[in-house]
Amino acid sequence: MTHPMISLRNVSRTYPGGVTALAGVSLDIAHGELVAIVGPSGSGKSTMLNTIGTLDRPTGGTVRIDGYDVAELSDSQLSALRATRIGFVFQHFHLAAKVPAVDNVADGLLYTGMRKAERRRRAAAALKRVGLGHRLDHEPHELSGGERQRVAIARAVAGEPPLVLADEPTGALDSASGAGVMELLRELNAAGTTIVIITHDREIAAGLPRQVHMRDGRITADSAAPRELASEAAR
Amino acid sequence: MSAHDALPRLAAARMHFTDVVSVGGVGLRTRPLRAFLSALGIAIGIAAMVAVVGISSSSSAGLDRTLSALGTNLLTVSAGTTLLGEEAKMPFEAESMIERIGPVEAVSAVAKVAAAKVYRSEQIPEQQTGGMTTYAARLDLLPVVGATVRSGAWLNAATENYPAVVLGATAARRLGIGAASPDAQVVIGGVRFTVVGILNPVPLAEELDSGALVGWPVAQSRLDFDGHPTVLYTRAEEPRLESVRSVLAGTANPQAPNEVDVSRPSDVLTAKQATSQAFTGLLLGVGGVALIVGGVGVANTMVISVLERRPEIGLRRSLGATRGQIRTQFLAESLLLSAMGGAGGVLIGSGVTVGYALAQDLPPVIPGWAVAGGLLATLVIGAVAGLYPAIRASRLSPTEALATP
Ligand SMILES: Nc1ncnc2c1ncn2[C@@H]1O[C@H](COP(=O)(O)OP(=O)(O)O)[C@@H](O)[C@H]1O
Ligand SMILES: [Mg+2]
Repeated sequence: MTHPMISLRNVSRTYPGGVTALAGVSLDIAHGELVAIVGPSGSGKSTMLNTIGTLDRPTGGTVRIDGYDVAELSDSQLSALRATRIGFVFQHFHLAAKVPAVDNVADGLLYTGMRKAERRRRAAAALKRVGLGHRLDHEPHELSGGERQRVAIARAVAGEPPLVLADEPTGALDSASGAGVMELLRELNAAGTTIVIITHDREIAAGLPRQVHMRDGRITADSAAPRELASEAAR
Repeated sequence: MSAHDALPRLAAARMHFTDVVSVGGVGLRTRPLRAFLSALGIAIGIAAMVAVVGISSSSSAGLDRTLSALGTNLLTVSAGTTLLGEEAKMPFEAESMIERIGPVEAVSAVAKVAAAKVYRSEQIPEQQTGGMTTYAARLDLLPVVGATVRSGAWLNAATENYPAVVLGATAARRLGIGAASPDAQVVIGGVRFTVVGILNPVPLAEELDSGALVGWPVAQSRLDFDGHPTVLYTRAEEPRLESVRSVLAGTANPQAPNEVDVSRPSDVLTAKQATSQAFTGLLLGVGGVALIVGGVGVANTMVISVLERRPEIGLRRSLGATRGQIRTQFLAESLLLSAMGGAGGVLIGSGVTVGYALAQDLPPVIPGWAVAGGLLATLVIGAVAGLYPAIRASRLSPTEALATP
């Protein structure tokens, strides 16, 4: 495969009120990368991640995910792209209350067309993978914050998507739990998953292979060699 | 961009039907009380309609059963009143005259003995007659009017000469006499009569229910009865009933045919039934209004459900749900809600019908069309009530839905 996992060209996003959240962003992320997005609040990090995750469409520029030009896809094709290729991890977990962990994870596969038994089998495997094999039947209120985020990560990776997007996954956790979650994301990346993480934590960001800095809807610095981007663009 | 052309086509996976149902039930499982209450609204409407139709159908079936058991070929000839307002009398030979009409199969008669009042005992004051009437009755009366004996025996050639009485069902209840026995005695026209029998209710001759029936001879010998019949009961061949009916008045009382009333009791019962059917239509309308109110309740529940569950909608979109799948989820929830209400309503309505029918000794009938119609109505209501909230849910922007606190 020659195309990058993520390719943004001159992407802009202006909200109806007139706020410009993205002002012409170009960024390539290759398969297998682990990237931190950092920047002050309101700099457009979440907007960029949602655009990459095809939850939001840009008002200008081109977004390609795993080679697909998002602008050319219908709602149901974009949904299929999310169902099969992208996993999301949110700051506040978004787990269904009073639903056992294994079913919370299994429901993440609901839109892939898998049968229920298969979904539950994969959910149990994913929970084992994140170290919660002993918590399958626990409901969210019986789990710690760190464990809840692990369940959410299990849900994101149960379908083995090539790309995982995490918006401040440690933002609601104490530093010990946060470190555990980061360790888990590293392991997933080591196994081949491309991971993009928004974080406020300088230490966490510094520990990742690549940092993209944002301000006022633009990328101000990218620790990856500029050459790489230039060569990709020229291809 | 040759790489682009080589990409596999993306297509959203279809959800299995069981998954659609189970996801549609998520809202009901997480908020069971609310689901129960909004389903109850539908249930009340459907229960009302099924019960109204069921009770009306059971009553009709009960009448049909009565009429097929008792026959519809009975004609009743009453003496009526004279032009001066006095009670008219029919001639002694009225019965034999009618018997000579060709298609007539059987004739029997009773005569009201107005002067002979009925009392439980001699101690009861004269004025308290309790609405009971003394009749002199022919021995062949029972088969002609379709009456049956509940207790004791009917009059016979011996007892018709003695102070023996057979009570109608209502009369026995009013007098407080549960069974015929030599000890059960009543006072008729000042004479003690022994209760030898008690009748079941007589649907085709309801006047006999409050009657005290004594033999023709004993009425003449002990109660100053003049021997003129006042009501003649005639069975005739069914196909020629109308022609018999047209000559009955003239035959029974040739001197004053216009004083005589001729009626067909089965027609009277059917007409009563028809009157209550019109009332059924009205009640059905009331049930329909209840159903619509229930539908509004379901729509309200669905609108609130969609508002509250925006984060869930955003999450499902991020997991790969299409707009159509979100729409289907909320439509399924609305359909489940009203189908539960509809099923509950059919059960309640059927229960009410069976309870009523058993209490009234009617055959319980719950028409299939009423059940099917009720369930169909709930599905239509569920679809209509859920459509707008479901469309709203499917149009939510995923990012805004996820951002909802
Ligand atoms: N739905 C929205 N409507 C209008 N403005 C928005 C919306 N979402 C974000 N914004 C604005 O866009 C800018 C970038 O927001 P965001 O991407 O959330 O930043 P970050 O995640 O870096 O804090 C901010 O000024 C924010 O107020
Ligand atoms: Mg943000």
